Amino acid sequence: MTEAIKVESLRKSFGPIHAVQGISFDVAQGEVLGFLGPNGAGKSTTMKMITGFLEPTSGTVKVNGHDVLENPLAVKRAIGYLPEGAPAYGEMTVRSFLNFIADIRQLSGKTRSERIDEVVETINISNVFDQSIETLSKGYKRRVGLAQAILHNPDILILDEPTDGLDPNQKHEVRNLIQEMAKNKAIVISTHILEEVDAVCSRAIIIASGNLLFDGTPKELIEKSDIGNIDHAFRLITTCETEDTEIA
Amino acid sequence: MSALFSIYKREFTSYFVTPVAYVFIVIFLFMTGIFTFYLGAFYQTNQADLQPFFKFHPWLYLFLIPAISMRLWSDERKSGSIELLMTLPVTITDAVVGKYLAAWSFTAVALALTFPMWITVNYLGDPDNTVILASYVGSLIMAGGFLAIGSCISAFTKSQVIAFVISVVISFMFILSGFPMVLDLFQSWAPQALVDAIASFSFLTHFTSITKGVIDIRDIVYFAALISFWLYVNVVVIETKKAS
Repeated sequence: MTEAIKVESLRKSFGPIHAVQGISFDVAQGEVLGFLGPNGAGKSTTMKMITGFLEPTSGTVKVNGHDVLENPLAVKRAIGYLPEGAPAYGEMTVRSFLNFIADIRQLSGKTRSERIDEVVETINISNVFDQSIETLSKGYKRRVGLAQAILHNPDILILDEPTDGLDPNQKHEVRNLIQEMAKNKAIVISTHILEEVDAVCSRAIIIASGNLLFDGTPKELIEKSDIGNIDHAFRLITTCETEDTEIA
Repeated sequence: MSALFSIYKREFTSYFVTPVAYVFIVIFLFMTGIFTFYLGAFYQTNQADLQPFFKFHPWLYLFLIPAISMRLWSDERKSGSIELLMTLPVTITDAVVGKYLAAWSFTAVALALTFPMWITVNYLGDPDNTVILASYVGSLIMAGGFLAIGSCISAFTKSQVIAFVISVVISFMFILSGFPMVLDLFQSWAPQALVDAIASFSFLTHFTSITKGVIDIRDIVYFAALISFWLYVNVVVIETKKAS
């Protein structure tokens, strides 16, 4: 069986800045991979390379066996992506926005209306369905972004901070949703909330200054800390790296 | 539905959900009226044609078209929606051409709404309607030229103001290169071939020849080449700068 996502020695430099310095990992169907790391660690950059928005400086990304550089459209069809900040077309209503996504994703006929109804139902956005997106609160905007990402029922979901800006209830709903979808999808989420990793992820990766520092289950991550605290483990892993680079 | 058409449809309808479309159309119609009746002396010339109307189109477009095109890519880059668009299963060419055609269709709507002008001149006299039709086609094609420049420029910057100003300046050079003042400057010393080459780059030269009622294949080829060139550069710019 081919891995849903296979990333090999991926690098990205912006001029003198090395945002991602040769990281490799893969994600299988049924896994929820949590992407952790301090701000500016290269999480979003890595996600942008997997989704084909950024071109890697070197290294390969394969999604369902398709190379992202050789066959970008096949990769983009297989992925549902929530970019950081959930950008959308503000002047559109949620209805017309989701219809636009359905057009682009080539959903038609019965499946199309069924999918839109289903997603609006699961994400709980029916009460703002005819409101323009720019008038929505941060939480609703994020949910519209999420709706857009799962509309075509993709095999692979890449979600950049899906719970950022949501209230505790909404966070809980989104986590449940991710867990429900996890059975038959490969999901990658980035987050700053470490309990989230323990709650929804089957695996966690920690990236700091472009390097992969940890790859294992949330349980293994917690065990790194002698006091059994995930935040402590995170600090332990990411801060000792910073000291290392300073010495180097 | 193809990706290009989906983008076209989204863009085109987006003009009409914001006040942009209505403001633009009203200003466009108002300005064409002023230019035709006052500066163009439509009545005083006592001729049943729309020359005074079409004569000012290059100048109107010089300012109004960049106002449409400035948001095409700048806005997309500034709001970050470009990341959404470029991670959907569409090619950059689909996106560039879809957006461009939507903007062009919008200007076609604005241009079509000047039809009372055509009714007026037919009511007052007996104009050559084939010349008028050719002029309308010519005007639309020229608008397409201005739009292609503007779309490309807006891909370079996140700032709509910068996109507007630079587009006006470049469009102005494309108009100016056919102006007698500029050509006279070269006439005295440059070889005729160079003068002709400069003149042949001008929107004015090609547009004027179309408004005489002759749609020459060379004028069409000129605009088609110009539009293709700017849109090609547009694609390249998006490809290299989309994430910056």
